[in-house]
Amino acid sequence: MKILVCISQVPDTSTKIMLKDNDTAVNTQGTTYIINPYDEWYALIRALELKESGVATDVHLITVGKADTEPVIRKALALGGDQAVRIDADSIDPYQTANYIADYAKTVGYDLVLCGKESIDYNNGSVGVMIAELLDADYIGFATNIEVEGTTATVKREIEGGEETDLVNFPVVIACQKGVAEARIPNMRGIMAARTKPLNVIAPTAGAAVTTILSYEMPPAKAGVKMISPDNMDELVELLHSEAKVI
Amino acid sequence: MSVLVLVEHTDGNIKKKSFEAVQYAAEIAKKINTTATALVLGTIADSELENLGTYGVQKVLHVADKKLDELHARAYASALIAAAQKEGSKIIIALHDINGKAVAPRVAVKLKAGLVSGALSYPDLDKGFVLKKAVFSGKAFAFVNITSDVKVITLMANSFPLAPGSGKASIEKLDVTFGDKDFGIKVKSVDKVTGEVSLVDAELVVSGGRGMKGPENWGLIEDLAKQLGAATACSRPVADAGWRPHHEHVGQTGGTIRPNLYIAVGISGAIQHLAGVNGSKVIVVINKDPEAPFFKAANYGVVGDAMEILPKLTEAVKKFKQHK
Ligand SMILES: Cc1cc2nc3c(=O)[nH]c(=O)nc-3n(C[C@H](O)[C@H](O)[C@H](O)COP(=O)(O)OP(=O)(O)OC[C@H]3O[C@@H](n4cnc5c(N)ncnc54)[C@H](O)[C@@H]3O)c2cc1C
Repeated sequence: MKILVCISQVPDTSTKIMLKDNDTAVNTQGTTYIINPYDEWYALIRALELKESGVATDVHLITVGKADTEPVIRKALALGGDQAVRIDADSIDPYQTANYIADYAKTVGYDLVLCGKESIDYNNGSVGVMIAELLDADYIGFATNIEVEGTTATVKREIEGGEETDLVNFPVVIACQKGVAEARIPNMRGIMAARTKPLNVIAPTAGAAVTTILSYEMPPAKAGVKMISPDNMDELVELLHSEAKVI
Repeated sequence: MSVLVLVEHTDGNIKKKSFEAVQYAAEIAKKINTTATALVLGTIADSELENLGTYGVQKVLHVADKKLDELHARAYASALIAAAQKEGSKIIIALHDINGKAVAPRVAVKLKAGLVSGALSYPDLDKGFVLKKAVFSGKAFAFVNITSDVKVITLMANSFPLAPGSGKASIEKLDVTFGDKDFGIKVKSVDKVTGEVSLVDAELVVSGGRGMKGPENWGLIEDLAKQLGAATACSRPVADAGWRPHHEHVGQTGGTIRPNLYIAVGISGAIQHLAGVNGSKVIVVINKDPEAPFFKAANYGVVGDAMEILPKLTEAVKKFKQHK
């Protein structure tokens, strides 16, 4: 069984976002990048567990990005995985990213494609579904548990107002969140091994974007906090009612 | 060229956020001088479908196949495509929730349409078809232009207040021919949470952090939540320690919520926590440390021991409710 894990590079969670060029771009100077937490903690680690338990034969990682994303993909390889592919492109939107990844996935034929529930930069959560559609495969989002037997996966997932357990046949794309696996820290051996693992750089296929970001805006500054005495909770309730109008 | 909107319901009751989506679709339709059509899937009574008219749709298409009572995203997508064809729709709207996120990207790919996920605004038609959405987990907003002919939008719930009118919608049954892969996922078991207010849909949220000291003190959070009719949430270390279930964890690596009121108790206000709650309309912070970073993001603040303040606040809410 072959697994493809989608890895996205995102700004570290503690990054303060700053804009530039008349608010048409994000100032990335000095930004440190990490593997998108959902991709790393859940999708990648679950793939590695499936390989360790002998269920999966191959675990490949894929990212779409220019050469500056290589440190992050090497970091992912330090956790595990046999090889990685970098599609050498600055993707403009999820549709383009999904097309690049799906076109590559078709050339190999994966049984299972794993990704995180969303990337924490653009918060779309749409690349995984789009890959599934492009591969004519099923998709399960918000997975909290994945077990594999033969060519079927049993997946627990969050649904609107609860949880359900599904049976799904390969090929399938599954977007992972908390519960799927436990985060790991790479060890020295992994870091050394990652240096020599194959990282294939391939050119993107032709795939046009259908959306573009024209500009950005920072959230309005809060007007300042109004402090209430701990002995006057009636006042707080009154303010929430008559001033804030939320109760 | 009707604007098409996908409506969700729970056991035949249309969700409030779906009324928001319907009203949103109807407003867009008005802007471009056309009508709006709602698509409803699964088992639901006509009397409930009629309610959709008050939010501005002229027509309701109902696919009454009970297999659609479960989320089968590929079947939902097929139904949306069929409805879009019938109505000649170039603008398709769903909610930015678990269902919408599973369906809208599929529809977008099928129609080679641009998708904006989690829209917070109406499209700005002067600059193209531009929608505002949160990026970097609420640390900034982006204005995204859809350049394709067909447009797909998922709307963030709780972005527009409801203003029901008196319109009436006609109801039409729609037959959809599903593909053999549309029901490929077999649902083995379903476990619905009932009774509690669901966190993502909640308008009021009371949330506890490590400052609550331990799970034995959560009764204080629950009492306040109960008095308010609020849902409960928590910070990540609280979920990691097993004091609270993981689905309550909000923040950059947990859930993102946008309630009208977020009350943070004993939470320091780390940037990763704020990322999940900074879309809240009003934030109240209760913390014993006057230097806690959360106060900078708050509208109202109370400095003191949560164990003493919570019972007082709960009592004050109770009094307020009695006299209202
Ligand atoms: C990659 C990454 C992702 C992360 N994702 C998330 C996330 O999604 N969500 C999240 O929440 N965190 C996340 N974190 C963790 C985050 O950085 C903080 O560590 C965490 O939010 C702190 O939780 P807390 O405020 O409950 O606890 P603390 O930081 O320990 O704060 C406790 C607060 O309680 C106050 N307090 C103590 N006693 C009392 C009392 N008796 N009465 C009133 N106040 C009291 C203290 O003054 C303090 O401000 C992430 C971190 C990383 C590195």
